[in-house]
Amino acid sequence: MSGQLCAVVGVGQTKYSSTRGDVSIAGLCREAAGRALEDAGMTWRDIDAVVIGKAPDMFEGVMMPELYLADALGAAGKPMLRVHTAGSVGGSTALVAASLVQGGIHQRVLTVAFEKQSESDAMWALSRPMPFAPPTLAGAGGYFAPLIRSYIRRSGAPDHIGIMVGVKDRQNALRNPYAHLQIEDISFEKVAESPMLWDPIRYLETCPSSDGACAMVLVDEPTAGRSPDPAWIVGTAMRSEPTMFAGRDAVNPRAGRDCAADLYAQAGITDPRGQIDCAEIYVPFSWYEPMWMENLGFAAEGEGWKMTDSGATAFDGDLPVNPSGGVLSSNPIGASGMIRFAEAALQVRGKAGEHQVAGAGQALGHAYGGGSQFFAMWIVRAQKP
Amino acid sequence: MRDVAVVAFAQSRAVRAEEGANEVEILMPVVSAAIERSGVPRKEIGFTVSGSCDYLAGVPFAFVQGLDAVGAWPPIRESHVEMDGAWALYEAWVRLQHGDVDSALVYAFGKSSLGDLPQVLTLQLDPYCMAPLWPDSISIAALQARAWLEAGHDEREMAEVAARSRKAALANPMAQVAQDLTPEELLKQPYLVSPLRRHDCPPISDGAAAVVLAAGGLAREVSERPAWIRGIDHRIEPHGLGVRDLTHSPSTRLAGERAGVGRATVDVAELHAPFSFQEVILRQALGLGPDVEVNPSGGALAANVMMGAGLVRIGEAAGRVSDGGAGRAVAHATSGPCLQQNLVCVLEADQ
Amino acid sequence: MTEAGPDPNEPVRSIRAPVHLEYHFMPGRASSRFLRGVEQGRLLGQRCPQCAKVYVPPRGACAACGVPTDEEVEVADRGTVTTFCVVNVPFHGQKIKLPYVSATILLDGADIGLFHLLQEVDAEKVHMGMRVEAVWAPPEQRKPTLESILHFRPSGEPDADYETYKDHV
Repeated sequence: MSGQLCAVVGVGQTKYSSTRGDVSIAGLCREAAGRALEDAGMTWRDIDAVVIGKAPDMFEGVMMPELYLADALGAAGKPMLRVHTAGSVGGSTALVAASLVQGGIHQRVLTVAFEKQSESDAMWALSRPMPFAPPTLAGAGGYFAPLIRSYIRRSGAPDHIGIMVGVKDRQNALRNPYAHLQIEDISFEKVAESPMLWDPIRYLETCPSSDGACAMVLVDEPTAGRSPDPAWIVGTAMRSEPTMFAGRDAVNPRAGRDCAADLYAQAGITDPRGQIDCAEIYVPFSWYEPMWMENLGFAAEGEGWKMTDSGATAFDGDLPVNPSGGVLSSNPIGASGMIRFAEAALQVRGKAGEHQVAGAGQALGHAYGGGSQFFAMWIVRAQKP
Repeated sequence: MRDVAVVAFAQSRAVRAEEGANEVEILMPVVSAAIERSGVPRKEIGFTVSGSCDYLAGVPFAFVQGLDAVGAWPPIRESHVEMDGAWALYEAWVRLQHGDVDSALVYAFGKSSLGDLPQVLTLQLDPYCMAPLWPDSISIAALQARAWLEAGHDEREMAEVAARSRKAALANPMAQVAQDLTPEELLKQPYLVSPLRRHDCPPISDGAAAVVLAAGGLAREVSERPAWIRGIDHRIEPHGLGVRDLTHSPSTRLAGERAGVGRATVDVAELHAPFSFQEVILRQALGLGPDVEVNPSGGALAANVMMGAGLVRIGEAAGRVSDGGAGRAVAHATSGPCLQQNLVCVLEADQ
Repeated sequence: MTEAGPDPNEPVRSIRAPVHLEYHFMPGRASSRFLRGVEQGRLLGQRCPQCAKVYVPPRGACAACGVPTDEEVEVADRGTVTTFCVVNVPFHGQKIKLPYVSATILLDGADIGLFHLLQEVDAEKVHMGMRVEAVWAPPEQRKPTLESILHFRPSGEPDADYETYKDHV
């Protein structure tokens, strides 16, 4: 890993739900941040700097909301940064916060990511008729469904793979009290019979629209040494590529492959499937689990769906993927990436509660955004490197 | 801290409305020029980070197209802040401290002509209690100006800043507004939003800027006279206007102290003061005496590309160091209503 | 006693704060050329001077090479469906009747797919490799917008061989 050692010593999440009408945007962020501080055994005063992230400002109609949130997040008199890298933003935000520690600038950094989708209409913001373009876009699903169809064609994967992921992640969510969707009677038939929204994506193969925030406290080596359960960051990487260029592989993007390769090299990982104990990856549509299994090097190209099919990615599989229930169960967009990073940290800290993967010593946090073009990842480890 | 320097800077000429070109078309030649001037091959740049704002273009993910201008293939290490490019430069400087990459491209762009900027900026305010009242950015600045005047200043100080800035801009080919008028002549102008006259306010500008940073040996290799970043810090203040003393800028003072502004003589300062009187507040906060040359570029009163103007201050200050005009320069950037958030960067030539 | 007003102890759970902002979009130089072409019933792309790929619509730059694209190339108004989805989800502002097919179409002569509507065919009959053609608005109704192509429809040609478009799937 580049720079100085950095570790996660505090994680805080809100309950995710479709409408958190009981709190303002500031209240939502504060709820997560307060819990992260409590987990870290710190107070607002202990924090050197705040790094905040969220998806487009238009989702709430607040431009540069870090300005308004400075008070609520105890940032007055401190440095505050605001990251925005599309859907990967929650992950990128954590990486920028880690960078402040790795670069030797700060010792204790609070990072927060949020989305309060109920305060406006994200589907509208994502589907507004763009000037000069045909009016065919219909949310993120309208963009990703054709790519999923391409994946199915290229890999020859059977139709039930997407359904299996939809079931598995909702079953996992039942172990996570923060998860938005709690579908007690989730079943293969229930997902299979749910309506096709963006064929080949069914209703229960998509993520919900959630309000929520996630926060972490990241610290330097001496501070982490005083924590009973730090998650040591042993690799951080981000990669981007343009949305559209001739010859681009948007199904298995090189930016994701390069990002994973960089990450594994930093963490000394040569056999990701053997060396990583669990993964929290950004799966907003069920088919993205097998797609990212390949992109992340857990499976050869065209073989990712076999991991899902064999149960390898299930909670009791050899590589549990999204034991928290994942983006398919909770999706406060701007926070969704950070939740992946934070859940990976919780696993290696042994603090994931009912969805704790036994003996998780090394975990992957992954986020992507834009047209599968922005990637942010980290590897966290229980053992100090 | 690892030695990091500004080794190249480029900007477009600020214009009120760039009618023909879209953001990518404005940005691409600027990025190309900065990279070319840096002497660092495009494919060898280790980190890229930008600053821009969706609400200027009125579309979500407006920054994504910026990637088209940098040749992000093979994929690059890249990040983006929804802040002025000066904060993107800060992120790049931090990233270079890790030690594994030696160079960074920083860029910013803004095309404010697409919308009604003073109204758009209203959305920066508290969404529950302030924004629904729709105070525009000029009116908010006028409130601050009134508080500042009541604290013992006069409108002539404002006119002097405006007259000097616009006159300095005559020598800056990238400036948008330049003229040679005396403070007396300016004071005869009508108010726009009392106590602000038009010349107390920044122009609305379209444009882009780019900077290349290089660390240690690479900076010396590619630049004859690197502008070393000897200190950089930024701080934010509470949001509520009633909570703050608007006649001072404590966040600028603190950032200036942390960046080490007062450790030695300052030859030149590029201050991001969108409104004339704010320059006086900033000079005081940074402890800059009358002998410090301020805003030889004309400053934000001559060209104010939203999301880029702070980065331009750093580029201009670095330019003065690199061309031998200054041994030590201070650059400042601001964000938010009434100077809510401020960044200070100290640049020095080799001793 | 007067009539009871709202309970002062009841928390305010939401307020309405409408935002109305007007923007004047400008397509830029490359898109302007393209849209003027569309107005005349032509599809004008640009070729990258470095990698020689043809972009339609042109973006004024080859994002892979990071260089401006100047050379104009006219491409056919027919092509091959490389992938698609059937949209069956209602949302605010939608103009098209559900369900509809939105498809990525590799126009003959282009190296990047164009996103557009596919109609005049049952959704379940749409498939990868299907050959399609543009249905233009009548000349007097054409405007400089991609909506001047009302939609694409099957052209009746035999399906394209997977090998010819597999690099675009």
